[in-house]
Amino acid sequence: MYVLAAVFNLNHPAHTVDWSFVHLSVANVIIIGLMVIVFVLALLLPFPGAAARRAARDGGGS
Amino acid sequence: MSRLGDLLRADGDTKPWKGRYAPYDLVKELAIAVGVIASLAVLLAVLFSSPDDKPSTIAQWSHELPADFATTAAKELAETSPTAEYGPPYNHSSGSVQHLLLLHPQRWLGVSHPIHTADDYVIKPLETIPDDPALQAALAQYNGAPEKQKKAWSEAYAKPLEQYSEAIEEKKTPPATVTVNQSAGTVTVKVSGVGPVPTMMTSLQGLAQSGGLEGGLVTSRQFFQTDYTKPLLFIADGGLLSERAEAQHLLGKQWGLMNETGSFPGQPWLWLYALWYQVEPMKSSPNADIQVLLIMGLLSLAFISIPFIPGINRLPRRIPIYKLIWREHYRSQI
Amino acid sequence: MSGIAPPPPAGPMPSKSWTVKVREKGVEALPPDRLLPDGQPTYVASWIYVFGVAGIASLIVIIASGSILALKGPAWWHFTGVGHFLNSIHLWSVELFFFVMVVHLWGKFWMAAWRGGRGRVWVTGAITFLVAIPAALTGYVSQQNFDAQWISTQAKDAMNSVGVGSFFNLTNFGQMYSFHILLLPIAVVALVVAHVLLVRRHGVVPPFELERRAEFAAAGAGAKGQR
Repeated sequence: MYVLAAVFNLNHPAHTVDWSFVHLSVANVIIIGLMVIVFVLALLLPFPGAAARRAARDGGGS
Repeated sequence: MSRLGDLLRADGDTKPWKGRYAPYDLVKELAIAVGVIASLAVLLAVLFSSPDDKPSTIAQWSHELPADFATTAAKELAETSPTAEYGPPYNHSSGSVQHLLLLHPQRWLGVSHPIHTADDYVIKPLETIPDDPALQAALAQYNGAPEKQKKAWSEAYAKPLEQYSEAIEEKKTPPATVTVNQSAGTVTVKVSGVGPVPTMMTSLQGLAQSGGLEGGLVTSRQFFQTDYTKPLLFIADGGLLSERAEAQHLLGKQWGLMNETGSFPGQPWLWLYALWYQVEPMKSSPNADIQVLLIMGLLSLAFISIPFIPGINRLPRRIPIYKLIWREHYRSQI
Repeated sequence: MSGIAPPPPAGPMPSKSWTVKVREKGVEALPPDRLLPDGQPTYVASWIYVFGVAGIASLIVIIASGSILALKGPAWWHFTGVGHFLNSIHLWSVELFFFVMVVHLWGKFWMAAWRGGRGRVWVTGAITFLVAIPAALTGYVSQQNFDAQWISTQAKDAMNSVGVGSFFNLTNFGQMYSFHILLLPIAVVALVVAHVLLVRRHGVVPPFELERRAEFAAAGAGAKGQR
């Protein structure tokens, strides 16, 4: 097995997040958390091009 | 518009857009997206790499866990192993055959990948060992005996080994009939009524430890092979794979099907599939797989049909996240 | 002198040519400026809209990295640093693919993007997600390492329980590899193409009418309230 040295070595048994009968690996919890954060940010952050859209609405667009 | 049409479509007021269009460069957007995603993938690869835990081999198994190997091999010969008792698609047993109400798809699809454990895992590999008169005599004695005698010999040999495994697992005193030399990788079973089986098993252990069993099981039908079913089922009948899996949080009760080896992210999108295995009655049912797959099949159909499910298809209207998404549009209308 | 004959004059009778029929249907459904428009409705003004194209981009990176892995054969990545690096890119682009696909799905659900005759857009998208799962599974069992040994010997029980194990044998590396590098990528790409063409055909779903405006319009027109 040839492993190119990674900056962070993840080749050790995972830590888990345990709650009642739920046992999730930390890595999976991070991914799920990031998905929620990215979704919320996508809803909240302003999207570029507002001026062009305003111009289009005010009579410039096709 | 019919009521049924209304109910199914739930979008009576969505008219085609007759308003303004602003310039939007789709091709440039795709190019930027490919650049961003490719950069992210490369960055993640540089930061974290990917896992590659070496596969377990039969040679390793027979060296590291000689008693476990011997027990499994004995059970394959006695046809009492999980694979021997599995059922379709490997054989006509019923140990692992699942059904749900009137549905017996496992049985209906039949034995499509026949495995006869005694022959495939013990007899045929032993027959490839040349220049061993004692082994050849043992094989001749075994093959020439009636079925009942074969069963009696192999079960008499397997029983003390199973007792040994149980004792080790429960941290009790193992039976004196089994002696294990861990460093030499040998297992000796001292019971009567076992006929030629000890000679056969000792030779099989030697063959396994030499690495001869891996290739033998894969290429048993033809020169070129890519089907690893036989060696995989053999090694899975033993305890080595599950021992490694438990250490890596890959067991079912550890929600293992969502996980990857090491601390890498796995398959978080399988959360709902994994969840059903943890709840009753699936959790303790011998038919858990077909039950969970049926539930997930129905939920998948529902997922595909969301636009047509009354109630669900009106949820986005009721919980107005859309007001955030289209806030610029709504503001412009005031 | 080009020597190329001019196109035949268009006659008044409908053509029996299959080629003409296919071309005309295609152009009718998706004229060039609808297939590749250079503008979008002014309501396309949120970052949530980029997750679809991010999914396509992830798929491109998956296929590119996967193609190099396939070029060198399934054992290569175990023995060279470059091979392992490409395997890492392939793994992380798969994680990114599912990540952006799920965020895209959430956004499309809360927009009720199936409205206005766009039911098939949702259906093709949902089926793409579901087909991507066995595409990933066949990849995991093709790794030829411990993870592949464990996943194949465990998941085989699920496949066998529903009778699928007879013709989808997770422990048969040759079969799984073929599904993974050919059959399932073709299925995913075909579904994504259908999905995107449907989006181009119907346009991006317009916003919900605001309650206030719907009631106002209804009151003004004397029509029964729609919702």
